[in-house]
Amino acid sequence: MPAIEIENLSRIYRKYSEQHRFKTFKSAILKGDLFKSLKSDEKVMALDNISFKVEKGTTFGVIGENGSGKSTLLKVVSGISKPTSGRVLVNGKVSALIELGAGFHPEITGRENIYINGVMLGLSREEIDKKFNDIVRFAELEDFIDAPVKTYSSGMYMRLGFSIAINVNPDVLLVDEVLAVGDASFVPRCLERIDEFRRRKKTILFVSHDLITVEKICDRVAWLKNGKMKALGDPKRVIDQYIQDVKSKKEKDFEKKQQEEEAQGDLDQERRENRWGNREIEIEKVRLMDLSGREKRVFTPSDGMVIEMDFHTKNPIKDFVFGIGMFNSQGVCCYGTNTVLEGFKSESVQGRGKVSFLIKSLDLINGTYYLDVAAHRQDGFPYDYHRNLYSFMISSKFIDSGIYRPQHSWKFSPGIKITKKKQSEKEKQHG
Amino acid sequence: MLRLIKKLKGLYKYRVLIRTLVGRELKARYRGTVLGFVWSFVNPLLLLTVYTFVFGFILRPRDPSFDASPWSYALFLFCGILPWQVWFAASSQESANILIAQGNLIKKMLFPTEILPIVSVTSNFVHFLFGLPILLLFVPLMGKTYTPYLLFLPVVILVQYVFTLGFCFLVSSLTVHFRDIKDILTNLLTFWFFSTPIIYAMTFEPVQKHPLLKLFLNLNPMTHIMSGYQSCVYYGELIHWKRLGVTFLVSIILLFIGYYVFDRLRDSFPEEV
Repeated sequence: MPAIEIENLSRIYRKYSEQHRFKTFKSAILKGDLFKSLKSDEKVMALDNISFKVEKGTTFGVIGENGSGKSTLLKVVSGISKPTSGRVLVNGKVSALIELGAGFHPEITGRENIYINGVMLGLSREEIDKKFNDIVRFAELEDFIDAPVKTYSSGMYMRLGFSIAINVNPDVLLVDEVLAVGDASFVPRCLERIDEFRRRKKTILFVSHDLITVEKICDRVAWLKNGKMKALGDPKRVIDQYIQDVKSKKEKDFEKKQQEEEAQGDLDQERRENRWGNREIEIEKVRLMDLSGREKRVFTPSDGMVIEMDFHTKNPIKDFVFGIGMFNSQGVCCYGTNTVLEGFKSESVQGRGKVSFLIKSLDLINGTYYLDVAAHRQDGFPYDYHRNLYSFMISSKFIDSGIYRPQHSWKFSPGIKITKKKQSEKEKQHG
Repeated sequence: MLRLIKKLKGLYKYRVLIRTLVGRELKARYRGTVLGFVWSFVNPLLLLTVYTFVFGFILRPRDPSFDASPWSYALFLFCGILPWQVWFAASSQESANILIAQGNLIKKMLFPTEILPIVSVTSNFVHFLFGLPILLLFVPLMGKTYTPYLLFLPVVILVQYVFTLGFCFLVSSLTVHFRDIKDILTNLLTFWFFSTPIIYAMTFEPVQKHPLLKLFLNLNPMTHIMSGYQSCVYYGELIHWKRLGVTFLVSIILLFIGYYVFDRLRDSFPEEV
């Protein structure tokens, strides 16, 4: 028998506008049709036809972006919210770690709060008596247990909440992103407790943004997006799909933002401030492209890039230098050069023209980079200087550090036993 | 109806939780104050002093039922003010806010919401019980004597409990959707207070002379509950069985209506508070 069984579950949230509220109030009073008039004008599908089963003794992870319906799912499973349609079956005693210490009263002591919270979670006073010392010891609050809870730090508050909830000894434990506030010593102990739960063959439904933990402790993982189940199954596979999706969304957002900024052009105050020079040579347009000439803003480390500048000069100019500079988001210059440094000698330029800067392979790590382009005299007097006006993104699946990502490989002598983890197998999406 | 009765019966299994939460409320309310529980008595006592002074000494009760004595008028006042102010008004006002104030419990825990108004009514009831000995202490002090009719007090208290609970179920659940009720209630309670024979008696001449006014006062359930207290403590006479009986019936109906509305709206609480 599965511990949690969910069939075609949907949860609709209703939005009421102020005007609607007034109408409701009026009609509730005048016509007395309170329940009928409490219908909303806007609906939000928080969960859309979700079905899954969690077998007894397994740990089930739920991942997804903010607002994807994870917490709603947990609330429905715990019984706090009712499903709008569909069926939720939970076998056994449930304890939900949704917000730790939700029932604490700030004015009374930790000791009294343990009893009250325990009763709220369904324990009898005798059971709490028995567990009291364990609870206090696990929360490391021996010295403060008789102080009012309002004097606790948020960490202490959280530890006490976790300690009570975990000592309720449920058959099904629901965990919602509660470990985010714990300190370096408490979080591992919480995870240890959760591990112990798993060893004792209890069922856990685990909602978290911490993908590493999810992958480590979960037997199966579901990925929710906008209330829909996007994938379900093996943790590694689902998490990889999720990461891919987040990445491509980030890239799309970045491209969109760039296009918007470009469309705005020089109207933007900030853009004007970051551009100076007498415009004898005017850089009219800067394009970032891949090596095949397609305009692009998101690159991988091994991609090449072409920076192309369209310029225009009214009068013939003899003394000119073109330069570029690349900066990362912290303002560190990753690379900078110009035509003089590279041994070009200017002779003359007039009218319209193009200057292209070709990079064979970017070899940068993940992140956003900003670009300077400039045309100036050899003594540095600017014709047209664009400071950080262009940006591009490096999106890579590697989580390495630094600035520069040289093309590299590893070699090991035969005595070293080491294997490479399989990179994400691109499997078909579920459902 | 049967389903509703079953649900109300189900509340019994939460008695430990209710007891614990009432204890928490009582402990928390005066935690950190110097006088602590004394405040439960000070509020009505202060009110009593002011009313006695204004209506007893400045305005002088002309009605024969007070023996023209400000002191016996004070006792009469206290009979009504204590259950009204300390229990009924306090519970109603607290209930109007309780679901919103305890939103954490509703949103973040699996919690039987309906016990919140019960806790509110019950903890204020306990405050009322703390004030009761003072009321009884005042009986000989104000020149009256104890009568066996005091033994009927629990009956009156029961009626008030049921009535208050019904009213609080209604108020607490509706306020979640219509926050205006909180403000409406504050004004309503003032109006209601003066529409109930607390600072005056039903026997007053102007009341008796105007049949419409009399009818209006008689239609107010709180009239009969307050009269019950006055009969037991002040007049030393048998409570008006018929009227109190009808009031009890009304209270039970109100309780069912209140609980029904609460139950219907319950699922909307987690998203609305």
